Amino acid sequence: MSHLLEIQNLQVTFGGLDALSGLNFHVDEGEIVSVIGPNGAGKTTFFNTITGLVEPTGGDILFQGDSVLGLEPNEVTSLGIARTFQNVRLFPNMTILENVMVAQHCRTSQNVFGALFQTKAFKKEEEEIRQRAEEILGFFGSRLVGYRLDQAAFMLSYANRRRLEIARAMATQPRLMLLDEPVAGMNPSETAELTELIGRLRSEWGFTIVIIEHDMAVVKNVSDRVVVLDHGVPIASGSYEEVSTDPDVIEAYLGRPVESHS
Amino acid sequence: MTALPSSLLLDWKRIFKWGSICAAALLFVSLVGMPIKLDPKSIISPLLSLGYVSLLWLPLIFGYVASSRVVLEGVETRKPGLPDLLTGVLTGTIGGAGLTLLMLGIENFDIRDPLINWSPQLLEVLAFGARDLNSAVWIGIGGALGLVGAGLHLIPENLRRGASYGFFTVLALAIFEPALDDMSEGFRLEWLVELIFEKRGGLKLWPAIILALLIGLISVVTKGKAKNAVAQYREQEKSQKKKTSVVLFGIVAALGIVLPIFMGTYVNSLLANVGIFLLLALGLNIVVGLAGILDLGYVAFFAVGAYTTAVLTSELSPFFAPGMTWVLSLVFVIILAALTGLFIGAPVIRMRGDYLAIVTLGFGEIIRLLFLSDFLKPYFGGAQGILGVPGIDLGVVYISGTDTRGIFYLVLFFCAIAVYVSWRLQASRLGRSWMAIREDEQVAEAMGINTVNSKLMAFVVGAVLASFAGAIMAARVGSVFPNSFMILISIVILVVVIVGGMGSIPGVFVGAFVLIGVLGGPKQPGLLQEFGSLKLLVYGMLLVYMMLQKPEGLVPSARRTQELHQEEFLQDAWLKGTDDEDEEQTAAGEEAQI
Repeated sequence: MSHLLEIQNLQVTFGGLDALSGLNFHVDEGEIVSVIGPNGAGKTTFFNTITGLVEPTGGDILFQGDSVLGLEPNEVTSLGIARTFQNVRLFPNMTILENVMVAQHCRTSQNVFGALFQTKAFKKEEEEIRQRAEEILGFFGSRLVGYRLDQAAFMLSYANRRRLEIARAMATQPRLMLLDEPVAGMNPSETAELTELIGRLRSEWGFTIVIIEHDMAVVKNVSDRVVVLDHGVPIASGSYEEVSTDPDVIEAYLGRPVESHS
Repeated sequence: MTALPSSLLLDWKRIFKWGSICAAALLFVSLVGMPIKLDPKSIISPLLSLGYVSLLWLPLIFGYVASSRVVLEGVETRKPGLPDLLTGVLTGTIGGAGLTLLMLGIENFDIRDPLINWSPQLLEVLAFGARDLNSAVWIGIGGALGLVGAGLHLIPENLRRGASYGFFTVLALAIFEPALDDMSEGFRLEWLVELIFEKRGGLKLWPAIILALLIGLISVVTKGKAKNAVAQYREQEKSQKKKTSVVLFGIVAALGIVLPIFMGTYVNSLLANVGIFLLLALGLNIVVGLAGILDLGYVAFFAVGAYTTAVLTSELSPFFAPGMTWVLSLVFVIILAALTGLFIGAPVIRMRGDYLAIVTLGFGEIIRLLFLSDFLKPYFGGAQGILGVPGIDLGVVYISGTDTRGIFYLVLFFCAIAVYVSWRLQASRLGRSWMAIREDEQVAEAMGINTVNSKLMAFVVGAVLASFAGAIMAARVGSVFPNSFMILISIVILVVVIVGGMGSIPGVFVGAFVLIGVLGGPKQPGLLQEFGSLKLLVYGMLLVYMMLQKPEGLVPSARRTQELHQEEFLQDAWLKGTDDEDEEQTAAGEEAQI
């Protein structure tokens, strides 16, 4: 079986600096894979390259067997890859409902004429968009629904902004979801809750998930597989237990123990 | 209680600061020529003209500002008293002294060469028409006005509101005098107009005083109930609000349809002017207000609409003159405008922010210069333009260019279309994508929006609406010239949208009425036709004032208000208990365990 996402020898260079050098990576349908690594290891660049925000200097990215290189970000999204951002980037002045509705853009098709003549198809599609948005927001319990639906996104608490960002990614109806530090800045109980939610994203919604995370408790709880990046190359890969005891990984995070020289 | 000496200590620095600003403002207004140019516009005949108002309001306002102080909630402040009055008087006096110096200067020196208004004419106006008036009188006037300004702090708020309502009523009546005069014929109310207004223009003294007192009294009695009603409207539930909006819209629409029947040529042609700019502003509002594309070359589409109509309908078109009817030509206008939108939009749309604005500015000029060029002269007539554009034959009625009422109805019809288009698109898939692009283009793209297509659509819709305005304009004037499509029109339309309120349809209406209706368009006189070339100065001042005090516009859209006042909205939500704090750890913990 071919992989859902396969990355071959990916290279990204920013003016002489190798952000990613020769990265090989794959995700299979239904997996949850964590990508970890120290700051500056190239994790976010990795996401940006997959979603088309950054042009790679070499290598190839295959999604469902086809290359996505050279596609615009919106085309990548309509193929079925959705993402969240490390520093939450919602549409702050749009309402919560609108934030989720607008993300269904690439799955809907009504144009100017539908809107101007209020055709049946237009009204039906609007209703579907709305219902779907409410259904997705309902996934997060009572926090994002009710009177909040019509509140601007900037009025949300930090944790809820992160939740809304995931909701927005869900609304693009992806097959693969890339979560960039989804629990950053959350308190332990919120983290625990979101960890469970990530599991449900797979079991209930059928998303395959790649997640960048620094919180090892989350990584341990959700991942089938962990990939460790350092200086743009994968240095280890395997289950959490395997990776967490790997001497290369420990060295990348903590440095080489002084005793080992003697 | 005897005033302690310490309370009589004045803030001299403040007085000098505001006083000298006041003097500078007075000098500026005088030397720009406002008193001379606006003197013919009488407000209360023969006592007060707009020219004097342009001078007199300054010491009053500066007296008010200099003597006002910051009032903090919960902090006890000293009651305003004698020191404040003195502050006001002194500020006004310094301002007035500036004018006294100016008069002395004009009497003794002649620097008319750089300063055109450094003239005996100005001296005469400043001396109230008297030859041998002592120029020191302005010191007294300044002081007195400063006293009045400072005194405004002392009187109760009710009275202050009454006074300002009374004053603005008289001012508004004087401004609307030509319109009222014109309308009175339709309503058979000439006697009323004759009762209030002098034949030569301006209100009669006693009616003015009575009206001011009456309106002042009413406002004192009603105690700002109107303001409460507006606040109540804002607080309404969504469904309720919708109902109220529909009723309000119905009233406005009905007035728009019925009123022109009673209005004469003057008001109808004025409103037709306003309408053409309104139509342009509504179109630009979609481009700038909804999609966030700062288009400074919007006049290009106006020109394309006008020229297409002229070429297709005029028998005198130099190269190709099919002599179509206006209605048929409209089909081609739409197609050509949309194509131009695509043509200009395609290269421009990939740029962002300032770069985009500059490039659109360039395209706006390119279109005008193309029509002006010798190269295209055989087709479009160069500087001579295209003459002989016929009126509009609608089958049932024929609207000639001079039939102002017919033109007004036509403009109204197209404005209604523009409103409908903006309203429907706002709440559609496309409208949402525009909003998202305006918020964060990169994220919008990452969320699956084809930003290029969405922005191009905004460009095209805006282009088509502007071309309607061009088509009407060509039929109305009966000719088109390249110089009718100067860059200034783009700017004025943009100012209308900004002053009215970006993204707000009622805002654009108010903006168009205030700027085009009262002050006048680039070449079209408004109600205050005396302003002439000064209106650009007023536009500029208004724009600066709006940016500082009310950047969201006169009638802002809820969304934009929220955008510019996020902090306040968060505070309000906190007070109402609908804010969204990060949950307490324990509460969230329990929830997570369930």
